[in-house]
Amino acid sequence: MRTLISALFIGLMSLTSIQAMAASGGVHLDPVELDLSDKASLQRGAKTFVNYCLSCHQASFMRYNRMAKDIGLTDAQVKENLMFASDKIGDTMTVAMRAEDAKKWFGVTPPDLSVISRARGTAWLNTYMRSFYLDDEKTTGTNNTVFKDVGMPHVLWQQQGYLSHDEETGHLEHATEGELSNYDYNVMIADLVNFLAYVGEPSKIQRLELAKWVLLYLFLLFLVVYPMKKAFWKDIH
Amino acid sequence: MFASLMGWVDARFPATKMWEDHLSKYYAPKNFNFWYFFGSLAMLVLVLQIVTGIFLTMNYKPDAALAFASVEYIMRDVEWGWLIRYLHSTGASAFFIVIYLHMFRGLIYGSYKQPRELVWLFGMFLYMALMAEAFLGYLLPWGQMSFWGAQVIISLFGALPFIGEELALWIRGDFVVADATLNRFFAFHVIAVPLVILGLVVAHIIALHEVGSNNPDGVEIKKNKDANGIPIDGIPFHPYYSVKDIVGVVVFLFIFALILFYAPEFDGWFLEKDNFVPADPLKTPEHIVPLWYFTPFYAILRAVPDKLMGVMAMGGAQGLLFLLPWLDRSPVKSWRYRGPYFRVALTLFIISFLALGYLGTQPATTLYTNLARVFSIIYFAFFILMPFYTSIDKDKPVPERVTMK
Amino acid sequence: MSNTVDNSKRRFLTTAASVVVGGAGAAAVAVPFVSSMLPSAKAQAAGAPVEVDISKLEVGQLMTIEWRGKPVWVYRRSPEVLENLASQDDVLRDPESDVIGQQPDYCKNEGRSIREDLMVLVGICTHLGCSPTYRPELAPEDLGSNWKGGFFCPCHGSKFDLAGRVFKGVPAPINLVVPPYYFQGDSRIIIGEDAQGAA
Repeated sequence: MRTLISALFIGLMSLTSIQAMAASGGVHLDPVELDLSDKASLQRGAKTFVNYCLSCHQASFMRYNRMAKDIGLTDAQVKENLMFASDKIGDTMTVAMRAEDAKKWFGVTPPDLSVISRARGTAWLNTYMRSFYLDDEKTTGTNNTVFKDVGMPHVLWQQQGYLSHDEETGHLEHATEGELSNYDYNVMIADLVNFLAYVGEPSKIQRLELAKWVLLYLFLLFLVVYPMKKAFWKDIH
Repeated sequence: MFASLMGWVDARFPATKMWEDHLSKYYAPKNFNFWYFFGSLAMLVLVLQIVTGIFLTMNYKPDAALAFASVEYIMRDVEWGWLIRYLHSTGASAFFIVIYLHMFRGLIYGSYKQPRELVWLFGMFLYMALMAEAFLGYLLPWGQMSFWGAQVIISLFGALPFIGEELALWIRGDFVVADATLNRFFAFHVIAVPLVILGLVVAHIIALHEVGSNNPDGVEIKKNKDANGIPIDGIPFHPYYSVKDIVGVVVFLFIFALILFYAPEFDGWFLEKDNFVPADPLKTPEHIVPLWYFTPFYAILRAVPDKLMGVMAMGGAQGLLFLLPWLDRSPVKSWRYRGPYFRVALTLFIISFLALGYLGTQPATTLYTNLARVFSIIYFAFFILMPFYTSIDKDKPVPERVTMK
Repeated sequence: MSNTVDNSKRRFLTTAASVVVGGAGAAAVAVPFVSSMLPSAKAQAAGAPVEVDISKLEVGQLMTIEWRGKPVWVYRRSPEVLENLASQDDVLRDPESDVIGQQPDYCKNEGRSIREDLMVLVGICTHLGCSPTYRPELAPEDLGSNWKGGFFCPCHGSKFDLAGRVFKGVPAPINLVVPPYYFQGDSRIIIGEDAQGAA
């Protein structure tokens, strides 16, 4: 059922791909498979998010206990592994860094990531996280092909290593090797993007769950009301 | 028991009379087709918007510092808040889809023509009020598109000579779109404009029921009545059209639910991506696009390389629709019996409207701007030349009675 | 007989008087409601001048400052940019900046600035109020081979040169607005106020 519906919508939406292209400034974006039911992936993504993103970015609309329930962890597990000791389980994912300080250090306040997956799109995030390259002109030492002159440094350099950018071909090549293979790094980012997609709309799980029941009900209702109409209109010619 | 209760009520309030006048003894032509579903569907969506809107106001905060977060609060922390919000946001687009199809029906079957001019005028005022309602509501999530959309539309008033700047300032209540603007837009969106819409809906329906419904043949069924004074081709709205419209409602809700549950953003068309970024008065998004239902008029605005003329062209594009009943000189109502000139003109008009709608969503490149100019000219020509081509058109003979196809 | 005529006349006059007096009352009642939508005292007071440190501003760089809720741009122009400014007069709508009110008198010159290299502009398109994008590069694909750097408004395609002067054939009617400002020493600008005594 879901595949059928998706197919229907993809057909309708092929019209809109131009908008998506424009958002990336013409750079090709790599789409990523999302699966909100893959709890293991969401948990890995949550771990990456908490360890590497949450020190600067917040997700100030996302509650820890809501997240725990949705990605298949207990409150205790989240408390132990994914939270600062000072936070309460019902708190949202905020950071201690003050916005003014952040602005001083990075030139901009790191954006709240609660709905970033809905603002940027998951393909953009997936590409962005893999497109940092060395650039001497930047104070952070790196630049990004999908976000020119970005203020954010290459946080995951240990995992990915550094890339260099070939001006002519536009390709990115490894300048230094990271701890992870290309494949493993891609999986790490895919998990992170999957998690951010979840954070962007936690109710999506509930929404897709409810959908089939509503549609089934409306179908049954149709089976009742259509014969009713037929019965009333039998004599109208 | 029931009869005596109704008798008591009827002696004090015309309940039975109203029921009969508008439902059980309102005789509608028996040949309504697919296009006649959209009137009742518009009513349904109106009720949906009012009910979901009331529940949204319980948690929404009309404050520039809190608005964006309160919408996400509804989406996450409020029980079923996400459903109510998506019903409202999908409902807004659904409203325009339904209304545009409803207006298209009026165009093809000549429902705006004598004696239904006032039905059409009330309907056009409703359409204007609906656009105002949608525009006001779109500021409330306080995202980037909310902010810059409002900035652009309010600036349109600034283009008026002499009073423009003062008027724009008065509408905003500040020198830029700010908290004061959001707060008053909230007031207009939740109470002022909805009251106007409700009043106009009543007027629209009373006017319709006074003159009777048109139909796909454009034949006046009141011309052929039986011995009891009932139109021969008429059937009581209730139960015939109430049961038929229920089928339409269920089919509509099925499609509505498909979008609501599987694609509530509709890939950026119903909820724009940039509106998930909080409003930033210092930075315009790279591709600012109004919501899809405004884009035909937006394309006309962009097509004119002059500020005042552009705003006037946009206003004129809407204003001409009001004049339709008096521009059309043909005695024939329905498309089915219209001559070739009108058919070609209407087809070109619909193509232009859709093309302008598409162009309004695209960046203003030279090619697109020139295309928008061509389609704008066709759009205006449809109205301005109408008195000529409709009076010399070779219309076909109209039958005496309605036909069942 | 005369009584009826008298009476109908009296009816007309009293009705007319009631409509006029009642209408005046209704209009008077409308005044406070309409006026309540004007900018409040709080909004009026928010227009204080802002101070900007420009010592770190590099050539070609643009910084955005918030003044009265609007973006104000400060950027440093290179000698090449200043040279190009003079060569574009024929594609501009108002190259001499003659329209009144789009800049303070002390900025009515070729570069529309107090100091040649340093430009201060309100970053709001004079068409419908979007904030144009800074496009300093020469002849980019989307803006054509004659583009010598300037501002492009993403909303409706208006174009401005690096002095904020509007191009011909675009919807924006006048040049970008230069706010009142003055220098305090070499590295500070005060935006939102004329120099003391200069105004």
